[in-house]
Amino acid sequence: MSTVMDDPYAAPMPGMAHGNMTTIGLVDHARNGFDPTTMLTDWETGRTEQLPDGRTLRIFEVDAIDKEIEIAPGVFFPAWTFNGRVPGPALRAKEGERLQIIFRNFGSHPHSMHFHGIHSARMDGVPGAGLIGPGEEFIYEFDAKPFGCHLYHCHALPLKRHMHKGMYGLFVIDPDPALQLEHAAAAASRVLGSPENAEWQEMAMVMNAFDTNFDGGNEVYACNTVGQAYMNVPIRIDKSRPIRIYLLNVTEFDPINSFHLHANFFNYYDTGTTLTPTQRTVDLIMQCQAQRGILEFSFAEHEPGMYMFHAHQSEFTELGWIGMFDVQESTA
Amino acid sequence: MSENSQPKLANSALTRLVLVLLPLATMLVAFVWIASLDPLRSFNNGAPPVEALTVERTILDKTGIGLQVRAGGSDPMVIAQVAVDDAFWSFTQDPVGPITRGEAVRVQIPYPWVLGEAHVVKLLSNTGTAFEHEIAVAVSTPKATKSQLQAQALVGAIVGLLPVALGLMFYPAMRGVGRAGMNFLLALTVGLLAFLLIDMTAEALELASEAAALFQGSAMVWLAGLASFLLLMAIGRWRGQPEGLALAYFIALGIGLHNFGEGLAIGGAFAAGSAGLGTFLVLGFALHNVTEGIGIAAPMLRIRPPLWTFVALTLLAGGPAVLGMWAGSLAYAPQWSALVLAVGAGAIMQVMVEVGAYLMRQNPDRQAVLLSPAVLGGFLGGIAFMYATAALIKV
Repeated sequence: MSTVMDDPYAAPMPGMAHGNMTTIGLVDHARNGFDPTTMLTDWETGRTEQLPDGRTLRIFEVDAIDKEIEIAPGVFFPAWTFNGRVPGPALRAKEGERLQIIFRNFGSHPHSMHFHGIHSARMDGVPGAGLIGPGEEFIYEFDAKPFGCHLYHCHALPLKRHMHKGMYGLFVIDPDPALQLEHAAAAASRVLGSPENAEWQEMAMVMNAFDTNFDGGNEVYACNTVGQAYMNVPIRIDKSRPIRIYLLNVTEFDPINSFHLHANFFNYYDTGTTLTPTQRTVDLIMQCQAQRGILEFSFAEHEPGMYMFHAHQSEFTELGWIGMFDVQESTA
Repeated sequence: MSENSQPKLANSALTRLVLVLLPLATMLVAFVWIASLDPLRSFNNGAPPVEALTVERTILDKTGIGLQVRAGGSDPMVIAQVAVDDAFWSFTQDPVGPITRGEAVRVQIPYPWVLGEAHVVKLLSNTGTAFEHEIAVAVSTPKATKSQLQAQALVGAIVGLLPVALGLMFYPAMRGVGRAGMNFLLALTVGLLAFLLIDMTAEALELASEAAALFQGSAMVWLAGLASFLLLMAIGRWRGQPEGLALAYFIALGIGLHNFGEGLAIGGAFAAGSAGLGTFLVLGFALHNVTEGIGIAAPMLRIRPPLWTFVALTLLAGGPAVLGMWAGSLAYAPQWSALVLAVGAGAIMQVMVEVGAYLMRQNPDRQAVLLSPAVLGGFLGGIAFMYATAALIKV
């Protein structure tokens, strides 16, 4: 019988390069109503009005909607969404602005928007303070502070279910350069729409995962919802311009998630509330749930090519949280 | 009256036909109505369809992992993604497309499995339902090559043919025994058959629980066993109660079916990598089965059968072990193995009844003989021997 045994030290099986580690097929982004590639740069800035005291009032409108989304090719998940997308809209405001978020619940369960920021108890989005039933509306109102890379999420109970069903999103507050003496230039580069900001390639990335069979463990891991989205469609990078990633972890069930960049190092601003890095020259950072931060790096000195990024928990990587930067020479 | 009876009979036959056709027609109309109008739609509460996938067979080779998967859901099922050891992996499905209820497909995954280690394959449906299949010990699945078939035939011969032949070789020594000795041997036969019956039924039920739900494993095992028992009883008593050579052949048939099941189990375990087929294990099977030959010989002690009869009996009782080995390692599916074992259990039941009846007919005091020291000792001795030697082969 021993003659039929395979030699355990034999060469790898022919035709089985590990490149087979992949999902099969492609997700229909049009049916989902959102595309991970356009999501990277799709900042929701709402509309603005001038207040009597001269300040800016920024108004966002957000609806809670039940929606089935395709999270890996052919795999559907009954999500609860903000504005029909997971993650919800990446809200972006400027330090010191007055914010109004008009929240309507078109879903089948009670929901809320709980902002990680500074606000009154009445605006906290917990039961009794802005948590509304189906068909109801609530307006959250507070000042945009502190500047940084933040998030909002539904705080209805049970929290675990409302989180992993898809109710979360980035909430970025750009610093006001006028308030910065030392780092005014750095602050200016973070203000969306400023000339200093224009040279940056900014991206919104939310590390999330889905428990499709509701057994308390995730089946699909992703950056911006769709497993392996940036493997199938690599992110185009102009190598002459610096890169800034607003990164948020909302993965449920697993204690931490991580971001690892291949062949390069970055500076990291944990929570984004400082203008000097909290970690310098690293190629890996960890985030627990709701932890977030800003990554800054450049491929200017690199040769063009495909540069991988992924969680450095191999399991998350191989279950979908993996992508590629397609670094190319400047075409401008 | 008698003149009327003939047309009345025809009339009543016609009436009966109409009476049979009427409910059939009503049933047809009702089914069409239910299917077209869907009166049950008010029960549709938005729940996703019930999904079931059963992996019936695993094939590991140089091209990766192959699975035979049977669907048993309320709707056709879609395997959207496959993950091996928590990594999404490419795969092909043959035939492609949604899998209808009861249909089986082959899923081929080019995964570089590791010899001797465990792997978990997760099949993810389009609704996100996950079906896990564990490969406890990964070894290359045997292929139907000449050398492989020969090697398996050798093992089958050692565990099936050899012990039956050895047991039958006791025949000349057994011929001289008196009534008490005869009673002892027949009771010994019933005892070993009782052990086989319990063993096979348990094995069949265990296998049946691994099969897809639509095969209704437990019901299938009990009903197949009962049907096999009744059919063999009817065949056996076609021309009176079987005894002598006929009874020996029936015992050989029952034991043959048992050995087929044993071959299936060895072949299946070998293919699944869960058992290294050691010499010790094979010898254990051989020792365990020696009593089978003695059992077959017991009812023939009062006649003088020709020599070729012994060859035929050996082949009938032991040969199926070889066939079982081949079937178990090359075309294994739990429901078919369970079915074979259930049929075998029915056959064992039949010979137990017939050998018991034969034993009672041999003694004038019929009932009382059952509790005589020779019979009770033989019966319990047979069970004990089988139980003790089975300890060698249960892994």
